[in-house]
Amino acid sequence: MYEFLTGPALWAAFIVFFGGLAVRIAYLYGLSMERDRVFYNHMDSKWALKSIGHWIIPLGSASMRQQPIFSIVVFIFHICLLVVPVFLFAHNMLWSESWGVSPWSMPDAVADVMTMLVLASGVFLILRRIARPEVRILTSAWDYTLLILTLLPFITGFLAYHQWGSYETLLILHILSAEVLLVVIPFSKLAHVVLFFFSRAFIGFEMGTRRGARAW
Amino acid sequence: MSEEIKKPVNIRKIKELLDMNDGARVRTWLSICSRCGLCAESCFFYLANNKDPKLSPAYKVKATLLELYRRKGEVDYDFLNRTREIVWGQCTMCKRCSQFCPFGIDVATMISLVRTICESQGVVPEGLARTTENIRVSGNQMAMATEDFVETCSWMAEETSEEIAGLDIPMDVHGAKYMYTVNPREPMYYPQDIAMAAKIFTVAEESWTMPSTGWDCTNLAMFSGNRAVAAIPVKAMYDKAIELGVEKIVITECGHAFRSAAFEGPYFVGRRDGKPPVPVIHSVQVFYEYLRDGRIKIDPSKMLEEPVTYQDPCNVSRNGGLWEEGRKIIPYLAKDFRDMNPNRDHNHCCGGGGGFIPMGPEYKARRMASGRIKAEQIKATGAKIIITPCHNCFDQINDLVKEYKLGVKVVSFKDLITEMMIIPEKFQPVENEEEMEDAAGEGTEG
Ligand code: SF4
Ligand code: SF4
Repeated sequence: MYEFLTGPALWAAFIVFFGGLAVRIAYLYGLSMERDRVFYNHMDSKWALKSIGHWIIPLGSASMRQQPIFSIVVFIFHICLLVVPVFLFAHNMLWSESWGVSPWSMPDAVADVMTMLVLASGVFLILRRIARPEVRILTSAWDYTLLILTLLPFITGFLAYHQWGSYETLLILHILSAEVLLVVIPFSKLAHVVLFFFSRAFIGFEMGTRRGARAW
Repeated sequence: MSEEIKKPVNIRKIKELLDMNDGARVRTWLSICSRCGLCAESCFFYLANNKDPKLSPAYKVKATLLELYRRKGEVDYDFLNRTREIVWGQCTMCKRCSQFCPFGIDVATMISLVRTICESQGVVPEGLARTTENIRVSGNQMAMATEDFVETCSWMAEETSEEIAGLDIPMDVHGAKYMYTVNPREPMYYPQDIAMAAKIFTVAEESWTMPSTGWDCTNLAMFSGNRAVAAIPVKAMYDKAIELGVEKIVITECGHAFRSAAFEGPYFVGRRDGKPPVPVIHSVQVFYEYLRDGRIKIDPSKMLEEPVTYQDPCNVSRNGGLWEEGRKIIPYLAKDFRDMNPNRDHNHCCGGGGGFIPMGPEYKARRMASGRIKAEQIKATGAKIIITPCHNCFDQINDLVKEYKLGVKVVSFKDLITEMMIIPEKFQPVENEEEMEDAAGEGTEG
């Protein structure tokens, strides 16, 4: 089982993940050539970068400053979410085993804290969805599902690392949930991992290049 | 209306519109909205109405466009009528929310698409349906005849030349620098607005002309959602500007006219590059340049002493880029300026935009309720005078002044500039002549 999940299944998950995102972007690109002239007519890298930059820096936009706690939590959530899987020692060992090279690894203690941050902020996001009427009204079961799918690899990884429960089972669940997540990303709202940059760039031109107005 | 309801919904047409507009942007927006709710607090409808979650921008899209796509356009009049109340009664397409969304989702553009879909089924507020019909038959929103327009201009020229010697309202002058376009309510109900513009152009010794066609720069069909009709006034204006060979088209102190002529109009008339064939500039820009360059001089003794504030029209500031120009004019005119908060490109819509005012009495109560945010903004400044370079803001704020007893006077830049500008010697009317004319006039009248 373990061999299968870290072998062919992992390959498949990565292929679907990268392939899916690539296909989705290629498809949107084709569509945009035909139907979204407005995107290309007012392109300007300066406004695109500003528009993206202000929303990547913590509290870089007026909107984030209106809800500072939420914004900081979202920021921490995303950073930890991206950093932990890439720089985790246990993951990098797998890389060096099969390829002989691996990225730099961070100390396990740091990864542990960051994982807890992901989980804590994930819980915060769930509670916020329930607590705030303007968020609750937008939320469907699928939104909770996606949030939980995102958290699952972290929950299982965390438990496995601390050996709280059956290590074998947890490890299998960990790998499995991560692969499911990779497969889901390109076909759900989680595709914002890449689409964020396009939609932000567009509003950057639309407000900035055309009108000189801030989109942040 | 009841007759319309009996006619079946043209599902095919709705499907066609949905498909035509199913581009990369709409698709991306609809699919990546993370349902975070951050946009809610950017919308004055939400803020003014007890934070009703149904008024958050994301919900308005979810309940309308997303639902239309989900049902593949197979909806009934019940749905369309409910949708009408959302896309016209709960959104002015001010675009503020797209500045507050992490993905920059352009809710206004999607609401505009839903308006187009509703309009294709005859589901549209009556006031807008009427003006759209006017444009279709006459080319301008008030169905004013060309002769009447031209006559009004020459009447105004005649009247005003008594105040400013040599004043003229030139018509269809080839090769003029500016072609000045207006809101039909000016020739219809407030011809003094045209006279004021003429005074400013005359004193600034500008090379300008009014066009006898294509003079209506407004575009309420843009807000009714009928894009084919929305192309009519824009095309007339561009064509005339090209025919006259003018350098620029100048837009009167009207917000949505600027949005139409400079930003959305090129797309209505199918210009692939998205730019107008002749550059379009707003009066605010023109007036600012006159004051900056000393072509218009203000009599300091006439400057306003009372506290003054400025209403950034959405389509002049956020959607027009002219918030600084507006603010740079004010120090010439007023000593005590107090800005609203928020302001500039982040300013709230007055609540009268997006076609709300012409939608008529049926929508007035809602307009007043959601205008509470603007009323509070104004009150907080303590200003006694509010300047706004937009006819819609002007009307809405006048209504708000009454509704919320604000005790504020609403004025345009033209009002103030013509009142305070120094009329150079050469434009001073010759006293005797004036008296003689007056006497003659009285004689014939009596
Ligand atoms: S465009 Fe303006 S009125 Fe419409 S939802 Fe957005 S903020 Fe509200
Ligand atoms: S702020 Fe943007 S992403 Fe968040 S709910 Fe509103 S439209 Fe959706």
